[in-house]
Amino acid sequence: MTTLTVERPPVPRRTNGSLPPVPPHRGGGDGPDRDPAPHRPPLDNVRLAMLFLICSEVMFFGGLVSAFLVLRVTAAVWPPPLQPRLPVGVTAVNTLVLLGSSVAMAAALQALRRGDARALVRRLGLAAGLGSVFLLVQGYEWARLVRFGLTLSSDAYGTTFYTLIGAHAVHVLGALVWVAVVALLAARGRFTDGRTGALRACAIYWHFVVALWPALFLAVYLV
Amino acid sequence: MSATSVTAHAHVDHAAHHDLGFVRTYIFSTDHKMIARQFLFLGLSMMIVGGLLALVVRWQLAWPETAVPGLSNILKETDGILEPSTYNMAFTMHATIMIFFVIMPILAGAFGNFCIPLMIGARDMAFPFLNMLSFWVTGSAGVIMLSGFFVEGGHAAAGWTSYAPLSAVPSYTGVNWGQNIWCISLFIMGVGSMMGSINYITTIINMRAPGMRLFRMPLVVWSLFITAILLLLALPVLTSGVAMLLFDRTLGTNWFRPSGGGEPLLWQHLFWYFGHPEVYILILPAMGIASEILPVFCRKPIFGYHAMAFSMIAIAFLSWVVYGHHMFVSGMSPALGMAFTVTTMIIAVPSAIKTFNWLGTMWGARMQFTVPMLNALAFVSMFVIGGLSGIFMASTPVDIYIQDTYFIVAHIHYVVFGGSIFGAFAAIYYWFPKMFGRLTSPFLGHVHFWGTFVFFNLTFFPMHIIGVGGQMRRIYNPMQYEFLQHQQPWNVLITASALCLGLVQIPFVLNFFASLFGWRAGWFRVLAHAVGALVAGATILVFFSSLGYGKVLFGIVGLVVAVVVFAVSRRDTAGCGEKAPLNPWNSNTLEWTAPSPPPHLNWGATIPTVYRGPYEYSSPESKEDFLPQNVPPVGAAGARRH
Ligand code: HEM
Ligand SMILES: [Cu+2]
Repeated sequence: MTTLTVERPPVPRRTNGSLPPVPPHRGGGDGPDRDPAPHRPPLDNVRLAMLFLICSEVMFFGGLVSAFLVLRVTAAVWPPPLQPRLPVGVTAVNTLVLLGSSVAMAAALQALRRGDARALVRRLGLAAGLGSVFLLVQGYEWARLVRFGLTLSSDAYGTTFYTLIGAHAVHVLGALVWVAVVALLAARGRFTDGRTGALRACAIYWHFVVALWPALFLAVYLV
Repeated sequence: MSATSVTAHAHVDHAAHHDLGFVRTYIFSTDHKMIARQFLFLGLSMMIVGGLLALVVRWQLAWPETAVPGLSNILKETDGILEPSTYNMAFTMHATIMIFFVIMPILAGAFGNFCIPLMIGARDMAFPFLNMLSFWVTGSAGVIMLSGFFVEGGHAAAGWTSYAPLSAVPSYTGVNWGQNIWCISLFIMGVGSMMGSINYITTIINMRAPGMRLFRMPLVVWSLFITAILLLLALPVLTSGVAMLLFDRTLGTNWFRPSGGGEPLLWQHLFWYFGHPEVYILILPAMGIASEILPVFCRKPIFGYHAMAFSMIAIAFLSWVVYGHHMFVSGMSPALGMAFTVTTMIIAVPSAIKTFNWLGTMWGARMQFTVPMLNALAFVSMFVIGGLSGIFMASTPVDIYIQDTYFIVAHIHYVVFGGSIFGAFAAIYYWFPKMFGRLTSPFLGHVHFWGTFVFFNLTFFPMHIIGVGGQMRRIYNPMQYEFLQHQQPWNVLITASALCLGLVQIPFVLNFFASLFGWRAGWFRVLAHAVGALVAGATILVFFSSLGYGKVLFGIVGLVVAVVVFAVSRRDTAGCGEKAPLNPWNSNTLEWTAPSPPPHLNWGATIPTVYRGPYEYSSPESKEDFLPQNVPPVGAAGARRH
């Protein structure tokens, strides 16, 4: 029985839930009669999962936006009289800030590919910083609107505005926390061993949250 | 040599499994099979709660405003009599629990987790940690939902559909925190289900074993794949809806409240946009399960494999464009209603394709009437009845008359109980040997199946009749309406059958635990079978005495039945709790190549390679009447040596 120890095959090490490539298999291979061929997926697990997460999020915001459009289209006058107008100019500039953070994130990934750890941390920090600026400006504008009398419960106008923009803000906040954690991990030297799943997932999510904003901006502020 | 290395490897895994300790093995496990068992236990325990609530509802309808037995301690002020508000709460929570915390956890949660990796030849899900999180998030949602029973004002009482403005304004129902908890719980459940579905889809796309092409996947995996896509896209719409509803109730927003410029109909649109895909989420896995079990016990390939897969894809697409059939009388333009009538009729076509393919599979087969097979057959036949009543309601002129009557309730239950729950039972009996490594008792299985089948039909078929006769759904007391009073004997019959339907679940529970713990040849097995027999007898007593016939006579009949049944059972207790062999049903799919129960990471050193489709039964290529997916073709180069 003790000889069994010698024969133990190595226990497969798990990486991100999937296993390292299966060793060449008797009966596998690529020949015509060795039909079963190990396939190589075009998108890895992380990218695929993020893609589906985004589909799901799009449906969530789809629900909110279509509900908003129904209320807006059926309202007699929109925006209702005696309600403050939304700050289109400031928010347009703020949109540019947010788009800038996406550029920073793309640059961070480039640094990752080059293996430049310091640039990676710096650019992640920049993305998080720009994201925070966006949120702070939004918060400031909200506070002003509340002071002018636009609240969640004032009517359908306030309801839709705060719910939609608030839902986006919560997503930005969550994504910011994620970016911050990833930046911290990067600063501690993670992601140098090729296990970059968390970082890549975070980048994809950040791009999504940023890309969502122009659509909401268009629907809520401009139309 | 390779055999020793495999055992050695299995041994390694086994040791690793135990090294994790109790908490990591049984509670916070990342192993897809343990998570599957957790979902199964969650669903079955919630089924008890949901079932008892249904019996409470039924009691009130048969014997209105009399004390419900056993409730005098809970409803102290009224001495066990239901008030209208309690009644509303009971039917609301019955449906909510059954749909979101019984059928979804069992079919999508338990069997999704169990079947997908094992049947596509993966060692685990793509993201095992996320998988664990998905169970615990869903489980917490369940606990939160249950907590609503204990808050001031009672639980949600606006129906499982929670139409606004009834649900949006607390003072309309008198329910305050109950409805909020309902929203919060479903929100959290939505997050958990999203985690699960992302995992399922990624796993199926990326982690199939060599040779497992998409069109070699077992149909149950196809069905779970499509279910996961529907879950992924439909649940977020409900999530956004319940968020808005919660804000209306707590933050004073005006989404659904007309007083502030809101639109109550908006809720119905959001709810049914989710709701119709949701009903296919409930039925698709059961369809897959039936497609899996029928060929095994017909010993024939499934009829029309590709048609089966494509009809499920068609259902998935069509299920987005039919939701208006739930809103025919909500003030919809007749032209639009016409469009929804047509799309709804069209969605019956792929369902019919599936039905005919099941019949084609059975055509000319020498069927083996095992317990899983019986349940699968019940699924097919009951689904046909439910699908046909669906066609009636899809036609607007008919629906204007029968909407909101017991006809709808009959339809729901023929598809959801007759369909999904029979599918779930079929799956439990079929995969139990692999899931828990033990065989179940065929005797208790038969008692459970036949009891369930008979009393299911006695409970739900008469609902068609009283529905057409005009009895509205969700009414508190049918005796208050003169035109319904002559139907009251039907209501009594339905309730008597429902009580018996509940009673015959006892053999199932006994079977489950007696087999699970493998108390073989011991007193427990004898006891389990004796109780099973007694239940069969007692059911007869309960049935006739609640219809008002003499108790003594039927007591004697019941006793005789119990004795006969027990005598039969003595010959048929074999198997119960015995260790399951590798492949007890001689099936082709990959899960039967892993040990029973499969160890952590499922297979030893190598995962199986797939050479063919999953339904090669009675193939001329093989001497036996089955040909597993992983057996290399005869004479192929590189055939396995050991
Ligand atoms: C052939 C396929 C089907 C057709 C044509 C069909 C048609 C319909 C229609 C028209 C209604 C609305 C009736 C009304 O409220 O007046 C309805 C309700 C319903 N259907 Fe189906 N159905 C089909 C299959 C299914 C399946 C497979 C399920 C579930 C697994 C299901 C579950 C339900 C439920 C739960 C309701 C009631 C919802 C409620 O108002 O509470 N149906 N069906
Ligand atoms: Cu529907």
